[in-house]
Amino acid sequence: MSNLATTAGHAHGHDHEHEEHHDAGETTVFGFWLYLMTDCILFASIFAVYAVLVNNVAGGPSGHDIFELPYVLGETALLLFSSITYGFAMLALFKGKKQQVLFWLAMTFLLGAGFIAMEINEFHLLISEGYGPSRSGFLSGFFTLVGTHGLHVTSGLIWMAIMMYQVQKNGLTSTNKTRLSCLSLFWHFLDVVWICVFTVVYLMGTL
Amino acid sequence: MANAHSDGANHGSVKSYAIGFILSVILTVIPFGLVMYPSLPKMTTLAIVLLFAVVQVVVHLVYFLHLDRSAAQRNNVTALVFAAMVIVLLVGLSLWIMFSIHTEMMAK
Repeated sequence: MSNLATTAGHAHGHDHEHEEHHDAGETTVFGFWLYLMTDCILFASIFAVYAVLVNNVAGGPSGHDIFELPYVLGETALLLFSSITYGFAMLALFKGKKQQVLFWLAMTFLLGAGFIAMEINEFHLLISEGYGPSRSGFLSGFFTLVGTHGLHVTSGLIWMAIMMYQVQKNGLTSTNKTRLSCLSLFWHFLDVVWICVFTVVYLMGTL
Repeated sequence: MANAHSDGANHGSVKSYAIGFILSVILTVIPFGLVMYPSLPKMTTLAIVLLFAVVQVVVHLVYFLHLDRSAAQRNNVTALVFAAMVIVLLVGLSLWIMFSIHTEMMAK
């Protein structure tokens, strides 16, 4: 509560709304966590599909032939750095430092965008070599799994851009705090999913 | 306001993010290194890779998502445990069924 109260001063003057917002904010963040748990189950289904299809290469390439581990390590590094920069954005948020929040959100955005750029490049190379999702069951599973994660990261980037605009325009209001807390969960959650992706797809595929 | 209190306690600090980050780097670089420069038997490498992934997921949950055993986190942890159970059943049973079918069809 004290954390909120200190920055509530920067926001607009309606105190009773802050009380309500705070409780509503907690419920919202918990609700968002429940959504993430269902998203976990979505990813688990796609992982199961991938695991079933992984050996069905239909005479095409297997993971061993197409995965570039140093490249994947680069993607992983970008995502991991973006996790910690988002953490710093949250720390700045609870200190009420708007410019710092914007700075760290921008850093996170750039790292996330770098990750997506690398992933698009990887997909583009595979497809241009004729190894698109329609080539084999394995490649269908691969593009679905990695692509779904990529789409989530892209949604996170759009959300982050909107939050930078809202923080710039409205400051660190309790509504924005709730939204940034949800985005924090989303962003760190995507990093957790990526751990499973690089382990199950890239490392076990190359092994 | 029990919730509000712990809300303050769960933001983490530069230190906790740094610890989480350093552990994650170690837990990422070692499995990549083992697969890129094979030096151990395949099954050992596989076991280490899987173990490190599980540990890193826990590190992220604790240091980045701030899950702990506090009262305020109880609902979050309960939801996570339930989801984990669903995931184990979903993935485990799907693979069991599909690979059994595969084996049965081959045997025939």
